[in-house]
Amino acid sequence: MKRALERLYNGIIKENPTFVLMLGMCPTLATTTSLMNGIGMGLTTTLVLVLSNVVIAALRNLIPNGVRVPAYIVIVATMVTIVQFLLEAYLPSINDALGIYIPLIVVNCIILGRAESYASKNPVIPSLFDGLGMGLGFTVALSLLGAFRELLGAGTVLGYRIIPEDFSISIFVLAPGAFFVLACLVAVQNKIRAAKGKKPQEGCNGDCSGCTNRCGNPKEEVEA
Amino acid sequence: MKELLLIAVGSALVNNVVLSQFLGLCPFLGVSKKTSTAAGMGAAVIFVITIASACTSLIYTGILVPLDLTYLQTIVFILVIAALVQFVEMVLKKMVPSLYRALGVYLPLITTNCAVLGVAILNVQKEYTLLKSVVNGLGTAVGFTIAIVILAGIRERIEYNDIAPSFKGMPIVLVTAGLMAIAFMGFAGVI
Repeated sequence: MKRALERLYNGIIKENPTFVLMLGMCPTLATTTSLMNGIGMGLTTTLVLVLSNVVIAALRNLIPNGVRVPAYIVIVATMVTIVQFLLEAYLPSINDALGIYIPLIVVNCIILGRAESYASKNPVIPSLFDGLGMGLGFTVALSLLGAFRELLGAGTVLGYRIIPEDFSISIFVLAPGAFFVLACLVAVQNKIRAAKGKKPQEGCNGDCSGCTNRCGNPKEEVEA
Repeated sequence: MKELLLIAVGSALVNNVVLSQFLGLCPFLGVSKKTSTAAGMGAAVIFVITIASACTSLIYTGILVPLDLTYLQTIVFILVIAALVQFVEMVLKKMVPSLYRALGVYLPLITTNCAVLGVAILNVQKEYTLLKSVVNGLGTAVGFTIAIVILAGIRERIEYNDIAPSFKGMPIVLVTAGLMAIAFMGFAGVI
């Protein structure tokens, strides 16, 4: 139980995939035009992450080391396909709003990163909570971004009007607004880190194996 | 012919893959510190996306549709792209060593570039023929190269500027990208 809570805390706060590790930028910027879309994308990714972490952790002793990455990709792609069909059947509005970004969950660095650095080395139950924690951390970040963009761009939150229509700045709902809002959120975080005496945030260098290494916490591996 | 031109301009400028669709952001933000590496990455992306759109389009219409297996598209496409990148790397190493030396380091990074898979899926969604898919892929990749080279140029210029401490690093790059996105919105009237 203690370990499960530790995993959740780690995913949501300590190693938040968006704000701390800077992973999975594409869906973060693309699907946060409103709070609802942000939550939808976050929860969809969480579901895929939990399912694939559980399957990979269960099969971790069966998958030969040499072909593990292709094997993980197949497992993740299968889970994404299943989740996509579930959304098409039960939540068609979310499915239409997220569109092409649902199949693209396959190439989200967070999922392969967690598979490689956590699920492949740990039993099923901790991996489940690791996936849940990371997924919820991603959801929190996407909701925050979505809420800011919807509030500034359309003057509403979850469809309820807060700022009168005349004062909304529509650029925040469009593509450039995504970059500006994320820039400000990362800058705020840098400010907090600077106050704690840490170095500012560096993005990933486009190399997902680098991201995987950063996800991996050497201390945990010794424990496991 | 006119239709092909419209697809190419549309995917390269109007719906720029990075600045309006947010695909391929990791390399866009990560490999844009220097113009030369940005151009190398762009060239590798043009190469891979063009071949990948041809392959995935052929496999979709030739194998998945006749066998009624279209629901497997995500799984098949990602495996095809991963295998293709490996294959291209091996062929280049053997046949064109000079090109391999120029592009080699960028090729492994491309498997995880979501623009490649994104273009393949968009081609299927829009029901493009083989020729249209290749033109769309090429246009998208050229758009990516334009965007990443411009961003690298700007980053080289602002490196020694006096930037507020909190905005140093990633935030200022994101702001730059946002301003570029506003500029690219001007292309919306072209088509």
